[in-house]
Amino acid sequence: MPRTRTHVLPGFQLSLGFTLFYFGVLVLVPVAALTFRTFSQGLPAFWGTILEERAIASYKNSFGLSLLAGGFDGVVGLVIAWVLTRYDFPGRRALDALIDLPFALPTAVAGIALTALYSPQGWLGKLLPFKVAYTPLGIFIALAFVGLPFVVRTIQPVLAQLPVELEEAAACLGASRLLIFTKVLFPAVLPAVLTGITLAFGRSVGEYGSVIFIAGNIAYYTEITPLLIVMKLEQFHYPAAAGLGFFMLIVSFFILFLIQILQTWNARRSGGRA
Amino acid sequence: MSIRVENISKVFERFPALNGVSLEVKEGDLLALLGPSGSGKTTLLRIIAGLEFPGRDDGKVFLDGRDVTWESAYARRAGFVFQHYALFNHMTVGDNIAFGLRVRPRKTRPPEADIRKKIEELLTMVQLPGLEHRFPTQLSGGQRQRIALARALAVEPKILLLDEPFGALDAKVRKELRKWLREFHDRTGLTTIFVTHDQDEAFELADHVVILHEGKIQQSGTPKEITSSPANTFVSDFLGFNEH
Amino acid sequence: MSSFSITSHTPNHDPKGVVYALTAFAFLTVGLLLFLPLVAVFAEAFSKGPAVFWETFRDPVTQNSILLTLKVAALAVPLNTIFGVAAAWSVTRFTFPGRRFLVSLVELPLWVSPVIGGLLYTLIFGLQGWLGGWLEEHDIQIIFAYPGLVLATIFVTFPFVARVLIPLMESLGQAEEEAAVTLGARGWQVFFRITLPRIKMGLLYGIILCNARAMGEFGAVSVVSGHIRNQTCTMPLQIEILHSEYQFAHAFALASILSLLGILTLLLKVYLEGQTKRQLPTEVPERRRHRDPATPTP
Repeated sequence: MPRTRTHVLPGFQLSLGFTLFYFGVLVLVPVAALTFRTFSQGLPAFWGTILEERAIASYKNSFGLSLLAGGFDGVVGLVIAWVLTRYDFPGRRALDALIDLPFALPTAVAGIALTALYSPQGWLGKLLPFKVAYTPLGIFIALAFVGLPFVVRTIQPVLAQLPVELEEAAACLGASRLLIFTKVLFPAVLPAVLTGITLAFGRSVGEYGSVIFIAGNIAYYTEITPLLIVMKLEQFHYPAAAGLGFFMLIVSFFILFLIQILQTWNARRSGGRA
Repeated sequence: MSIRVENISKVFERFPALNGVSLEVKEGDLLALLGPSGSGKTTLLRIIAGLEFPGRDDGKVFLDGRDVTWESAYARRAGFVFQHYALFNHMTVGDNIAFGLRVRPRKTRPPEADIRKKIEELLTMVQLPGLEHRFPTQLSGGQRQRIALARALAVEPKILLLDEPFGALDAKVRKELRKWLREFHDRTGLTTIFVTHDQDEAFELADHVVILHEGKIQQSGTPKEITSSPANTFVSDFLGFNEH
Repeated sequence: MSSFSITSHTPNHDPKGVVYALTAFAFLTVGLLLFLPLVAVFAEAFSKGPAVFWETFRDPVTQNSILLTLKVAALAVPLNTIFGVAAAWSVTRFTFPGRRFLVSLVELPLWVSPVIGGLLYTLIFGLQGWLGGWLEEHDIQIIFAYPGLVLATIFVTFPFVARVLIPLMESLGQAEEEAAVTLGARGWQVFFRITLPRIKMGLLYGIILCNARAMGEFGAVSVVSGHIRNQTCTMPLQIEILHSEYQFAHAFALASILSLLGILTLLLKVYLEGQTKRQLPTEVPERRRHRDPATPTP
């Protein structure tokens, strides 16, 4: 009895069916609703929403600061990854485990903790001559906190798998340690660094709980885009909220796409071993 | 049970693994599928087993004259021994062997006592008595190989298919098991096909050898026939006849 | 599967000065940026003494928030676990067009703001949403009620079990399952007798990870909750309320409980990685090799 689709292992229809159903109900239908709502008042209204002055001010925080924090994490993360993979010292395991802390801490907890540290009466806030909390600097620190593990964890495997022979060969040829780093090692980890930064950026762009407390949410100054969405929803401006949400979703898709490309590049450059 | 394969083709993501392969295996025969890696021999074995299906209009598989092309492996009564044994590491040796019997529906399931007897019989048959309570990870490669065989035999298959049975073993164990397999086959008389890239193995063991290359059969016949008159340059190269 | 061991380190040829400087820098940045906030949580929680700390949990509103959080997780985590198993099974044991796209889609909630999660369901079930009118007519509450909380939580946490199981099941291979099928095992037998015992540890880790994230979820839940005390305030929302009322010690006391959960998850990860010698997924995407699961070696 010829069948057109035959599988050796059981459960194809059940598992795929349930998976697609779950996705459909949770993601696809809601995203369709979002798209519909976004353009329900026409394209000009959409542009009006996302190009509003307040929205643009929020992009500077959500996107701009995420980029800066990503870059910062890129540099710091590289050093940390270097130290963790190349040196041995007491407390190395603990340091390594601490990197995952932002993943372990719920965002609201991180948010209030960072505020406790950097508010003007905070542990660090009172030691510093300038304001950190309730300024974009505070947002920057929160985003750097959130993004650091992405960078470190992306660079570590690549660094660990770099063949030692590369450096030894360069050293035999008379290169100084610094030269070896800039000409041999850094180019080799660059894909990983860029991938890590993009991951951190992608995550930071949508970050809410860690940022909302330390930001202070001062209009046009320290507002982030997700906050604007929340505000519009509270005011029942559904199309406007949808518009901003749609915009952020598009950006997320674009970042996801970019990440896939970077990861392929990264895998190829570092020998493709996972 | 006799096996006949008619014009089988199989493509994996645009890679043609098999291209119009036909062959016949007589009842009780021990056949070797021989060829370099990538020749399609394992794919052919899996299609005969029912672990793989040909493209929709790409050939048929017959067992004892019956068209089994779309039947499942179990329905074909095909026993399969995997290259790396695929033993269930979380179960004891005894549970591994009894697995096929225990998953039967209540109506056809034999009573526990019978199952335990069967385990003992099979372990004795593969010359590994007393190992029921060990775990596969505690056994050597050669022992695992024979347990995998015992497990396949527990459900009384009509044909036996072995994928590179000795591939993962060292040379000495390989030679011993080779002899053992031949004797075993003579004792049981089961129609058996095994896949190998080792020509010594194929010619020493098998009644008939089929040489595959790039998804096509290059030559098929008894070991004597092939060695005395290789059909083409690939075969003579493969057999090492053209080396200086 | 990652063969990178977290305890490996390569030989070092850097001059001593550089080693000391870089190591000190690493400790300084990790200490200041990552570790200090954790310390702050517990320090602030006990800043007014242990009596005030424990007083936090005697407040009925706070108690209700803890209960609600557990109730939400009790529904969200099992559903996401079933999804994770189904998705991993379909994606690692079969080939079909769009398979790779499906695998990337699983990652989606991790890269989308949690607020979007809340937004999506508000647009459908909210008062002015698609079904808003219909729901109101039939007196069904989804937004600003338990079902909405569960939906938002499911959206944000559905990747977690799947992301652990997919690489795990891919690396385990399907030979054992094929063997079981040749021996006559049918449907659920293959899964329960062969697959489940092999993925036990990964599944457990995925569930614990999913649970920790579900209980700590803030952004998505905040949008759909309405912040109705005793009814729709989960622990993170209650933390926010306490904090906004300047009850800092209480806010941090509650926060410390969630932090403990998070730390336990982290310790579990370290332990399991040591046991299985393979790196476990966090939120960082694995570098996948995109291997086709059904292609055997010819």
